[in-house]
Amino acid sequence: MFIEQLFNGLVLGSIYSLIALGYTLVYGILMMINFAHSEVLMVGAFVGLAAYTLLAPPAGGWVALVLVLLVAMTASGLLGIVIEKLAYRPLRQAARLAPLISAIGVSIILSNAVFLWVSNQLLSFPKVVPEQSISLGFMKIGSLQILIFFTSLILMAVLHFMVQKTKMGKAMRACADDLTTSGLMGIDVNKVIAFTFLIGGALAGAAGVLNGMYYGSIKYNLGFLPGVKAFTAAVLGGIGNIAGAVLGGFLLGILEVMAAGYLPNGSQWKDVFAFVVLIGVLLIRPSGILGERIAEKI
Amino acid sequence: MPPTDNALILELKNIHAVYGKKIHALKGVNLKIHTGEIVALIGSNGAGKTTLLKTISGVLPAEQGDILFKGRAIQNIKPHEIACLGIAHVPEGRKIFPRLTVLENLEMGAFSRVDAGGIERDLRHAFELFPILKERRGQLGGTLSGGEQQMLAMARALMMKPELLMLDEPSMGLAPVITDKIFEIIAAINKEGKTVFLVEQNARRALSVASRAYVLETGQIVSEDNAQNLLNDPKVQEAYLGV
Ligand SMILES: Nc1ncnc2c1ncn2[C@@H]1O[C@H](COP(=O)(O)OP(=O)(O)OP(=O)(O)O)[C@@H](O)[C@H]1O
Ligand SMILES: [Mg+2]
Repeated sequence: MFIEQLFNGLVLGSIYSLIALGYTLVYGILMMINFAHSEVLMVGAFVGLAAYTLLAPPAGGWVALVLVLLVAMTASGLLGIVIEKLAYRPLRQAARLAPLISAIGVSIILSNAVFLWVSNQLLSFPKVVPEQSISLGFMKIGSLQILIFFTSLILMAVLHFMVQKTKMGKAMRACADDLTTSGLMGIDVNKVIAFTFLIGGALAGAAGVLNGMYYGSIKYNLGFLPGVKAFTAAVLGGIGNIAGAVLGGFLLGILEVMAAGYLPNGSQWKDVFAFVVLIGVLLIRPSGILGERIAEKI
Repeated sequence: MPPTDNALILELKNIHAVYGKKIHALKGVNLKIHTGEIVALIGSNGAGKTTLLKTISGVLPAEQGDILFKGRAIQNIKPHEIACLGIAHVPEGRKIFPRLTVLENLEMGAFSRVDAGGIERDLRHAFELFPILKERRGQLGGTLSGGEQQMLAMARALMMKPELLMLDEPSMGLAPVITDKIFEIIAAINKEGKTVFLVEQNARRALSVASRAYVLETGQIVSEDNAQNLLNDPKVQEAYLGV
């Protein structure tokens, strides 16, 4: 029972981690919180559903899953780029509050656009890959959970490789360290920033699909809760820190599942724990678990 | 022998720069640098030396005036484009990337280059000039000592394969031995054919390595001469050489 709950926590946490990475990547470079990120996630879920309905074989399967994920990731990634270009870039030199307000505006626009033009109803989201229960002897787990967990892990591994080893990934880290100096090195910082929104958006798109599969339904306002929770995860791990976002996501997922399972009436309160954690972290250790910068020597 | 004007690599004409709306940091600067020279810019705190370099590299676009690099106007283009044209700016305070390794810092210098062979050769050369960086190549930039960071900042700039290298106070905060080393390397880099624009508070050091120099005071060039003459100029001696 405990082990099963722990795994459930990791599954939920893996979704939070994927979303949290988007917050943290953008914060790392621009020092701004992209409040529209939760809506990028939501749009990804809707595009994923559309892709499934229009393109995938009705029986679903692995090909369908990959297809749905790729389409949703592409759409969310491009949406991220567009949002940055239209809503944040013009405000780059403005006071820090301005892009934040702009982000909230984008968020309202996106959720209302889906509400008005797509659907204001709860739509059922397919499992895509037929579900089975797998018994490992000491525990039983659903194939859907395994799928969500490993899909997330694969995406995180790809991100890790990209950030650590590729030229663009290194440029992202350089920009996160020092935007002005990156420009002096011949790095087109606007391109790197756009790329960061692309990556963060794509991860949110994947998370939107996985989240839809996890709960079995989607709605225009679905982004809010996972968005806030993933933001909490990013802050918990240390915002701006990539490993921190992953760690924070998993910790929060485990905490939520455990609290829902073991506290009296826990499942009714499950959405509250994230907020408690957020407030707690901000009070006790605002820099988060891994959020420590190496001081630059003068 | 005085270089001729057709060997001009950088020319500033009536450059004005402002911070915000009020602070007028550069007030009509005219300046010329010829290919192959080391030109020093000296001046006291707040004179506008750093501002001048920022204006050239596009970090702080000029309010007014023209900046010509090899005859081409660059005052309206972005910093990364200016960098790609062949101007490397080693900023005040080194500004190495603290969370990147030494090797990654150097790779960022070569970011816009596509000549893999040339990059490899320049990396080897950078390690020859600064052997300590080779030893420390896997270490995070932020954990280097001040002197090592200065070397890394210079090596990183050389990885850009620049024609003009601009250094903002390379000796700041360094022990005299390290400063000697840095100035030796500046002279060596110049011998290899790079033009150097050197901003220094340490006027004696700067004038000893430079061929010509400009003196900047409150945003204006107040004198310009070859380095030897400035070293002997009583006004310069009093104001900047502590004589
Ligand atoms: N970011 C900024 N915002 C507002 N004013 C600035 C800024 N940077 C520099 N200044 C002002 O512009 C003037 C020139 O500064 P600058 O940094 O160019 O001087 P400097 O000659 O490099 O001095 P130092 O030798 O101390 O480095 C100073 O009066 C300074 O206060
Ligand atoms: Mg300065």
